[in-house]
Amino acid sequence: MRLIGQPIRRVDGPLKVRGDAKYAAEASQDGLLHGYVISSAITRGKIEKIDVSAAQLDGVRLILTHENRPHLPWFDKKYKDDDARAGSPFRPLYDGKVRFAAQPVALVVADTLELARHAASLVKIAYSAEEHEADLHAQREQGHAPKEPQAPPQSRGDADRALARSALRVHAEYAVPAEHHNPMECHASTVLYGEDGALTIYDKTQGPQNSQQYVCNVFGLKPEQVRVLAPFVGGAFGSGLRPQYQLNLAVMAARELKQSVRVALTRQQMFSFGHRPHTLQRVSLGARGDGKLTAVVHEALAETSRFEDYSENVVNWSGMLYQCDDVKLVYELADLDVFTPLDMRAPGATLGLFALESALDELAHLAGVDPVQLRLINYAERDQVKDKPFSSKALRECYAEGAARFGWSERNPSPRSMQRDGQLIGWGMATGVWEALSQATSARAVLALDGTLTISTSTTDIGTGTYTILAQIAAETAGVPLEKVRVELGDSSLPKAPLQGGSWTAASAGAAVQQVCQQLRAELDKGPPSKELHFEVTSEPDKERQGQYSSATHSAVFAEVAVDPQLGTLQVTRVVSAIAGGRILNPKTARSQIEGAVVWGIGMATHEHSRMDGALGRYVNHDFSEYHIPVQADVREIDVIFVDEQDDVVSPLGVKGLGEIGIVGVAAAIANAVFHATGKRIRELPITLDKLL
Amino acid sequence: MIDFSFSRADSVEHALAEAAAHPGAAFIAGGTNLVDLLKVDVARPPHLIDITRLKLDAITESADGVRIGALVSNADLAWHPLIRERYPLLAQALLAGASPQLRNMATTGGNLLQRTRCYYFYDVATPCNKRSPGSGCPALHGQNRIHAILGASEHCIAVHPSDMCVALRALDAVVVVQTRAGEQRIPIADFHRLPGDTPERDNNLEPGALITAVELPPEQLRGHYLKLRDRASYAFALVSVAVGLQLDGDVVRDARIALGGVAHKPWRKREAEQLLIGKTREAFPRAAELLLEGAQPRALNAFKIELAKRAIVRALETACA
Repeated sequence: MRLIGQPIRRVDGPLKVRGDAKYAAEASQDGLLHGYVISSAITRGKIEKIDVSAAQLDGVRLILTHENRPHLPWFDKKYKDDDARAGSPFRPLYDGKVRFAAQPVALVVADTLELARHAASLVKIAYSAEEHEADLHAQREQGHAPKEPQAPPQSRGDADRALARSALRVHAEYAVPAEHHNPMECHASTVLYGEDGALTIYDKTQGPQNSQQYVCNVFGLKPEQVRVLAPFVGGAFGSGLRPQYQLNLAVMAARELKQSVRVALTRQQMFSFGHRPHTLQRVSLGARGDGKLTAVVHEALAETSRFEDYSENVVNWSGMLYQCDDVKLVYELADLDVFTPLDMRAPGATLGLFALESALDELAHLAGVDPVQLRLINYAERDQVKDKPFSSKALRECYAEGAARFGWSERNPSPRSMQRDGQLIGWGMATGVWEALSQATSARAVLALDGTLTISTSTTDIGTGTYTILAQIAAETAGVPLEKVRVELGDSSLPKAPLQGGSWTAASAGAAVQQVCQQLRAELDKGPPSKELHFEVTSEPDKERQGQYSSATHSAVFAEVAVDPQLGTLQVTRVVSAIAGGRILNPKTARSQIEGAVVWGIGMATHEHSRMDGALGRYVNHDFSEYHIPVQADVREIDVIFVDEQDDVVSPLGVKGLGEIGIVGVAAAIANAVFHATGKRIRELPITLDKLL
Repeated sequence: MIDFSFSRADSVEHALAEAAAHPGAAFIAGGTNLVDLLKVDVARPPHLIDITRLKLDAITESADGVRIGALVSNADLAWHPLIRERYPLLAQALLAGASPQLRNMATTGGNLLQRTRCYYFYDVATPCNKRSPGSGCPALHGQNRIHAILGASEHCIAVHPSDMCVALRALDAVVVVQTRAGEQRIPIADFHRLPGDTPERDNNLEPGALITAVELPPEQLRGHYLKLRDRASYAFALVSVAVGLQLDGDVVRDARIALGGVAHKPWRKREAEQLLIGKTREAFPRAAELLLEGAQPRALNAFKIELAKRAIVRALETACA
């Protein structure tokens, strides 16, 4: 029966609707203790004195600080996780130094959360503050190459010379502020302490095995003593790629007390760790009079912490997306007194494509060429960065189908030329791109005699629909009815899987489940089984074949905005997102992924901004009242198109992954629409009404 | 969060007695702002007095206008026929605030006492003269995009966050307050304060006093509430305008203009309103200029001056339409 490609409803939907899906801070046990984190009041300096005397109330079990913490390892490598970058990972309570604002400096553990929170307010901490620098603008001249760059920039030709000789030139600077992930579910870890000291940990993570390994390394435990579960994750978007400090603190407290402990962060504390880095970019484009690119220069400066070099691929897309022989790419970091930035949905690409696609729009306007046409003129048939052909690239179809659905041909190219109900109407578009990756993943299939097929792998479902697509793949491949398939995820004791990130889970876990179910099917084809059947595989990407190609997802995003000409208020009235994402396993969950990402793109374009007070070195709008994300009234029509794209190289199922691509390019499409509506080019996000007055 | 005690009042007298017996106590009704403030350690009342059982939830009509009980929820008030019919400006302002869930909980009395949304006020790790008098005001040279342009002081540039109160100011509402000494009637203009050198005091309510009602005088105004903010809903005003007009053809007979999001209290200026009387819409920009006279921008909020002027004109024109 055909199930792959069908719009199956989420198999975990009923559990979530009924509240039966339990999240990290919901796991419980009799006698569970509650930890509350005390966050540093300064940004840089040291703790002179911690006075806990007033906080030693009845029911307060432990106040952990750097002064009374248990022995912790010294070597950095013990604190490294699968997403760690060059440098020294932050170590909670390791010493009395304060390295960033709201750093955890103590943990109060008590019988109830309220008591822990109250006692925390009674702990007196004296600091000696040192000068800090948390403003990227002040460090503009202090950029340095990353120690271990994610994607080293690869220049080619002589872009400066080509630029100087170009008939048309665009130079512009773009800026995107720091943004925080803010999944609905705040980070939390519930550590259940076993009689033998074994730990069962419910953690908010995108990688239970990553958290397990981290806990083992930091606390000197064996893998069999630590089991990490994350059966349901209330969004993560990258914030769960690294073990966050509440995990370390909860384990530390549980081991000290030999009791179960939960530590849940507040919304304010969600602004105290990883974030999308504040990034400044310069783009110069050179072109012939007809818009054919002759030079591309893309330079980026991003913030990182003083203890780790977080880097991401901001600029390389500019060498890949359009055909051009003279390309210069530069990516630098500036060290600030902030926590290390962290992958956040389509890390790097969201930033880089905002700048590149805005600059392309500036060039289109300068050249008098339609923005879609400009992209077709410069279409890359081959990935010039890797010097390889694409395994598939249906981006032309994205432009064509997206433009047709949007009605792009009706566009009057002149800014301020379109109006409706007294509002200026603008139409803009942009391209999106993300890598199509896959990773080695293991999966198990167990067919019970009652016909129930249990599929398991340790990867998570962070809300993307992983449970559902794996059930579809298993049922169709093994020939078992969908309702007889159980999928187990989010458990470190299950077969090995990589972090759920990079948009690779559908391709990777999907391949493993397909492969293990093919083995099961082959056995079933021999006749009805007389005993429980058990198969386990590790599916490896075909590196040799895939290595001959470059694989990517692409998109064309079209946006309509309405701007009040006097008041500057902006409404994104319509977005059409046409996606070339290979094979679509489930149009329903796939659409939901893209719609969610478009909403986030609207937020990035018009709302999101972690406001840094340079003098204090703190993000000051650290709650949902003042850190704005779109509400329902900000989101009007979103139309998603999946263009047909066949690819038998990228992964066994032809899947490319959809987690990131939906957000890439959205902010640029909106900014370009704003220019078309108003004639104002906004190069610094978010586009708030004061910029349009 | 402080470890507070709690009691429940069954009458206004009981509530006042409880307040007198517990210095520093706070009344709690909807709790939509107080609970937030408790959680972040900004409000530290040793005792909470639940007033939700008091019979203060009626909206009644008399020859003198309409009386709104202090416990009427923002939602019930906004959708009440008397309000929708006679004070549509107030209904519009209420519905521009918060979210449906919050409006269901938030009360009329509580809304009058909403505290500022200044970032620094909410973060106890930072100085704030309003939260901790004498500690300083980081907003003066910090993230002050949302801060005051009118009536501020060097001690505090926070703004009053309520939408409802901006409409009440335009409608010349009266706040009815009960103390142990008796009833007080405080015109809305005198209820909230400018920061001066005592920014810790948002209003002129005496300690332990209880708001029991808000009274609205009879009106025949064409009203409009315009709120400009950073997203389409659930955001505090950057600038809001409550206008009320009486027109004789094109000619203005009476005018009210109150501004929100620009000062420590809803802002009105009689001269600007007087200027419109006997005039037509051509005078709207001059009234707007006059209202914003003396506005003092900070590094990040100069846009509010121009935005407010344009918003005033737009709101007046919409009220005429």
